[in-house]
Amino acid sequence: MNFSPNENGFYGEFGGAYIPEMLFANVEELQHKYLDIINSERFEKEFRRLLKYYVGRPSPLYYAERLSKHYKTNIYLKREDLNHTGSHKINNTIGQILLAKELGKKRIIAETGAGQHGVATATVCALMGLDCVVHMGETDVKRQMPNVLRMKMLGAKVIPAMSGNRTLKDAGNEALRDWINNPTDTHYLIGSVVGPHPYPDLVAKFQAVISEEIRWQLKEHTGSELPDYVVACIGGGSNALGAFYHFIDDKNVKLVAVEAAGLGVDSGETAASIARGTDGVIQGARTKLMQTADGQIIEPYSISAGLDYPGIGPAHAYLHNIGRSIVMDATDSEALKAAFELTKLEGIIPALESAHALAALPKMKFSASDVVVVNISGRGDKDMDTYIKAMGM
Amino acid sequence: MNRIDNLFKHKSNNILSIYFTAGHPTLTSTVDILSELESSGVDMVEIGMPFSDPLADGPVIQDASSKALGNGMSIKVLLEQLQDVRSKVTIPLLLMGYINPVLQYGVEAFCKKCSEVGIDGVILPDLPMNIYQESFQKYFEQYNLRFIFLITPQTSDDRIRMIDSLSSGFIYMVSSASTTGAKAEIESSQVSYFERVKGLGLKNPLVIGFGISNRETFNRACSYANGAIIGSAFVKMLTETGDWKDGIGKFVRGVK
Ligand SMILES: Cc1ncc(COP(=O)(O)O)c(C=O)c1O
Repeated sequence: MNFSPNENGFYGEFGGAYIPEMLFANVEELQHKYLDIINSERFEKEFRRLLKYYVGRPSPLYYAERLSKHYKTNIYLKREDLNHTGSHKINNTIGQILLAKELGKKRIIAETGAGQHGVATATVCALMGLDCVVHMGETDVKRQMPNVLRMKMLGAKVIPAMSGNRTLKDAGNEALRDWINNPTDTHYLIGSVVGPHPYPDLVAKFQAVISEEIRWQLKEHTGSELPDYVVACIGGGSNALGAFYHFIDDKNVKLVAVEAAGLGVDSGETAASIARGTDGVIQGARTKLMQTADGQIIEPYSISAGLDYPGIGPAHAYLHNIGRSIVMDATDSEALKAAFELTKLEGIIPALESAHALAALPKMKFSASDVVVVNISGRGDKDMDTYIKAMGM
Repeated sequence: MNRIDNLFKHKSNNILSIYFTAGHPTLTSTVDILSELESSGVDMVEIGMPFSDPLADGPVIQDASSKALGNGMSIKVLLEQLQDVRSKVTIPLLLMGYINPVLQYGVEAFCKKCSEVGIDGVILPDLPMNIYQESFQKYFEQYNLRFIFLITPQTSDDRIRMIDSLSSGFIYMVSSASTTGAKAEIESSQVSYFERVKGLGLKNPLVIGFGISNRETFNRACSYANGAIIGSAFVKMLTETGDWKDGIGKFVRGVK
């Protein structure tokens, strides 16, 4: 399976590298070198070794019996929540830190929303002894405090982004500005399948391990590598693209991407970038984004900091456009309900982001023989404040 | 003749160009600022088209952009305001901004309207060269607009030569690896970059921007290039001075 953009980074009409000249040299270096580096035997070996012994992969594919009974079908949970640091984000940071080392970079910067990518970046920087600066919207610093404290303990410097809504997009802008100001020694470790080419492809290839494992694990469970559905939430789209990747050519596998509707897709307080988006350029890529008729980016809203982003990775805009993916959405309250349901039925507290994927289940029609894989992209520890409030405790 | 070409034909050094964001300090200040800049002796102006996510800009221009958007500025409003600008202002005028609002306006419609109102050139830092060539260049040429490319200390000599061959008007030389923002002085690492580029013998004039803020930095920059652009320092003056009409003359006299 090789789902890749063309040499200019386009998936159909989406993607590319819309970057100012100040970033050109850095991005060009990555464009020229990333495939050779990540396809080299040495890189592959080290990447696999760290995924196995440091991250704890393969992550289990768990048959959720009580949840399956509830929805009268067969639901398997891909347990990315059990990875070291608590989400799928570490798959990408391991890959990119090895790449950064190959490129001789000394300083790592990242943006983060929920803080999961920030923690995963701070973790691999500690592992490799590299300096780490994480940009995080001030709003998110407040709503994801446990992750801020983890990053600090791991030795990262957390810089609150004070522009816009002070959430994920603004953290991304600050990281890009940081990179413009520090072009020679710094690698920008982007946390999702967004940004200028080659990031969407780079991150997709590191996250593709999720679907690679699902295939053989499912075969062990059911005798077939192919499910009927793969369901994942999308913020920028990295866990979803990772979970879809090795199924893209298997046209009978329905790929379901669940966006954060916030208070509702039509409420004006939403992060449903495909449902409410139009074509344009955001943070270096041509894709779907929420914008005004004048081309100003609309500030998104979601209860989930990791999904609170007005754009979507260009590969997802493409998969949606060609009809390969099914895009659904879940509101704040639907996601909360789904989080409590999984906790009650299976004893698993999911991240609020992953809860959006689960919230699509009651809106779908399954037959008793269907095989449904839901990607549990992360665990809910960081969201306990929100959950406690929702319980009225 | 395009006014940018005409300017560089008749003047080859100490060209002072000023950047400000349209719609700031007030929605309707744009044309008044242009008139004031011309009568103060400024040679060329870049009018910023505000964008919600100006990722190549530092805090001063970010702030001016978000205030301008709050005031109701957009490309549509700006081009309407500029409808009669050529009855008042004769110096070259450029629009500078980010690609997304231009895409939403429509590239051809944008070029057409720019040429109708008398805009001479456009700077869109996040429009890459290959995409410009593929789907923009034809409109810019059709409507006689100069598209200005940036170079930075990281731009290789080969790429600078490529940009030179594709450029007309002038080349915008970003003074250091940085977002926009005023700096008090020019450092020695910048000087070696200025000398390197000067030594390439390019066909296009060079104008240095980013970090130019006062008489010292302006004069220093002009010793390596045909002129320089002041942005953040001027925008800051507009933000901080209650009587900006009076402030513009004072600011320009302080530099020239
Ligand atoms: C647990 C978890 N899931 C999902 C996401 C959304 O990111 P993506 O769409 O790139 O998977 C995040 C982002 O912070 C996250 O922490």
